[in-house]
Amino acid sequence: MDDLKEIIKNYVINEYLEPDSDPIDYDTPLISGGIVDSFSMVSLKRFLENRYNIQIPDDQATPEAFDSVNKIADLVRRFVKA
Amino acid sequence: MTHFGNYEDRARNFSWAISEQELGYRPGQVINIGWYCSDRICQQGKADKVALIWEGFTGEKKIFTYNDIRLYSNTFAKFINDLGIKAGERVCLFMDRVPELYIGFLGILKTGCIVQPLFSAFGEESLFVRLENAETTAIFTQKKHVSKVRKIRDKLPHLKYIIIVDYDGKTPLQEREVAFSMEKSEKVEHYEIYPTYAETPSVLHYTSGTTGMPKGVQHVHYSLISQYITAKWVLDLHDDDIYWCTADPGWVTGTSYGIIGPFSLGVTQCVLDSGFSAEAWYRFIEKNRVTVWYSAPTAIRSLMKAGDEIIKKFDLSSLRHLASVGEPLNPEAVNWSIRVFGKPFHDTYWQTETGCIVITNFPGMPVKPGSMGRPFPGITATILNPGNHEPYPEPGRIGLIGLKPGWPSMMRTYWNNEEAYKNKFRNGWYLTGDRARMDKDGYIWFVGRDDDVINTGGHLVSPFEVESALLEHPAVAESAVVSKPDPINMEVVKAFVTVKPGFTASKDLELDIMNFIRKKLSPLAMPQEIEFVDSLPKTRSGKIMRRILHAKEWGEEIGDTSTLENE
Repeated sequence: MDDLKEIIKNYVINEYLEPDSDPIDYDTPLISGGIVDSFSMVSLKRFLENRYNIQIPDDQATPEAFDSVNKIADLVRRFVKA
Repeated sequence: MTHFGNYEDRARNFSWAISEQELGYRPGQVINIGWYCSDRICQQGKADKVALIWEGFTGEKKIFTYNDIRLYSNTFAKFINDLGIKAGERVCLFMDRVPELYIGFLGILKTGCIVQPLFSAFGEESLFVRLENAETTAIFTQKKHVSKVRKIRDKLPHLKYIIIVDYDGKTPLQEREVAFSMEKSEKVEHYEIYPTYAETPSVLHYTSGTTGMPKGVQHVHYSLISQYITAKWVLDLHDDDIYWCTADPGWVTGTSYGIIGPFSLGVTQCVLDSGFSAEAWYRFIEKNRVTVWYSAPTAIRSLMKAGDEIIKKFDLSSLRHLASVGEPLNPEAVNWSIRVFGKPFHDTYWQTETGCIVITNFPGMPVKPGSMGRPFPGITATILNPGNHEPYPEPGRIGLIGLKPGWPSMMRTYWNNEEAYKNKFRNGWYLTGDRARMDKDGYIWFVGRDDDVINTGGHLVSPFEVESALLEHPAVAESAVVSKPDPINMEVVKAFVTVKPGFTASKDLELDIMNFIRKKLSPLAMPQEIEFVDSLPKTRSGKIMRRILHAKEWGEEIGDTSTLENE
C-alpha cells in the first residue's frame, strides 16, 4: 500500500488530464477543481475497486471523499483494512 | 410581490408585445442580443452595476460591471472582425465556466456571427461531429482543452482559427492557433454592432436524438423576447436580486437563463466555476447572498444526499426563489426544499428546441410537487393522442406533449437538416418527445420519454451515438444502449455488449470500455454499467430490440416479443 497515492495520482493523470494540463499533487482538488466530474467519478471508483478488490458503498463515494489523491487514499485504506 | 401575479389574468391578457415594449423593440427594427445584454443596460444608467460575480475553484474572484461586459464584449467582437470572420459564420465557445465564456458569447453575437457553445467536457469525437456539422470557422478555448482540438483539426477544413484565451507562452502556438486575452487586450469603447434582425440566426446548440448524429438547434435574435419575459416572470428576477444559475453554457439553460435572461434584465448574477460539492455550493450562496437560485434535480438530489446537518452550518436566509430544470423534479425533492429552505423548488419544463421555459410552476402559485406546472402564457400546450396526434379532449389521459409553434424562441430549424426539423411536427403541433398527462387544474405531469433518448442528470444522450462509439472499441462485437434507473441522475447509461473472439469479459475490460467512451464522447455518455452478454435480443430482420433490455432494467412488462429472432 506504500505506493497507493502514487498509483491513484498516475491513474488520474493518465485518464483524466489532457497532455498540456497543469501538474497535480496529492492535494490538488479533483472534483471541485473540475478535473474529475461526478459522472467520471464512477470510473475512478471502479478502478479502485478492481485494483484493490474492495467495494466502496455509494453513500461513501461522495464528491468530498474523492476530492484529492490524499482523500481517496484515506478512503481506500479504510476498506482494504476492513 | 412577484412579477407574475395571477395566472388567469396573465393568460387572458398576454401578448409577446408586452416583452417587446419593455425591451423597447418594435417589429422590423434591428435586434441584437449582445447589445440588449450590455450596451442597453448601460444606457439605462446601470453601467456601474455589477453584472457578473465570478469565482473559480481556487477561490479566485472577479467582478464585472455592465460597462465591463460592454467593453469586453466589444473587444471580443473587434478581435473576431480583425481575423476576417464574417457575419453568419459559426464561432464556437469550448471553455469551462470562465468569464470569457459569458462575455465572449455576447461579443460573438455583436459581430452577427452564430455562437456555438459546446460543453468543455466533450471528448474529441463529440467535439468533431458538432464542429464538422456546423462547418465552424473559429473556436475559442483554453489551453487545458486545446489538445482535444489539435487531435481533430486536420479533419476540419473549415476551422481556420483556434483561439486560446489563456495562452501563457510556455509552449509554442501550433497550426491555426491564435492567442487572445480579453482582459489584456486594448478595450474597445466604440464598436459598431452588426445589424441583426428578428430572424437572423444567433445561437446553435446541439442536442441528441434517438437516431443519427446530434442535431444543431438554430435559434434567432428574436428569441430574446421569450427569454427576457420568462426570466422575469418565471424566475421572478428583480433589479436587486443576486441570481445564480448553476447550468453550464455548453447547454441551453446556461445561455437562455445563464446569460441572455439575467443580462437583458440588468440583474447581477454569479457563477461558480467549480465541480459539485454541497459545502462549496452552500458557502457560495451564503457568501454572495444569492436570492434566486436556478438549479437541476440531479444537483438537488445530491444536496439531499449530503444531508441536512451541513445546511445548518450556513446562513442561507437570503434565498427568496428556487427553480429547477433539466428533468422531472420528484416530489421528495420539493418537499425536502420546503423543509430545509422554507420554500419549494419550482419545476420548469422546456427543451433546447423551445429556447425558453414553456411549462412551469409559477412563483406565488401553489406548487404541486411532482408536476411540471402549467403552460406559460402565450404558449399553447396540450396532450396529444399518440395515434392521431389530436389533443385529448379530457384531462387525465397519458399522451404526447404537443406545443403550438410560433413563440419567439422556438427553434427555426435543425442546422443542415430540414427533414429532421419537419419530422418534429404533426397536425400543426411541435412534438416534444415527452409523454405526460394533464390534470383537471391544467397542471402537467411528466410520464416519460416517447423515444429511446436517455436523460441523465438533465442532459440528453443518444443511445445510437454511444452504440456507434462502442463498436470502435477493439473488444466490442455488438452493443445495445439503454437507460437504467439512478437515484441521483434519474437515469444513467447502461450498455449491453458482446465481445469479439479472443477477448474475455472482465471487470478490467468493463473499465477500459467505460473510459474509452468517456474520452471519446463525454463523461455523460459513459456507460455507468456494462453487462457482457452472449447475444443481444434482435428482431428476425436483425434489428436490436432495445425496448426489451430497457424493460428489464426498469422492471417493466416486456410486451410483444413475437418479432424476436429466437422466440
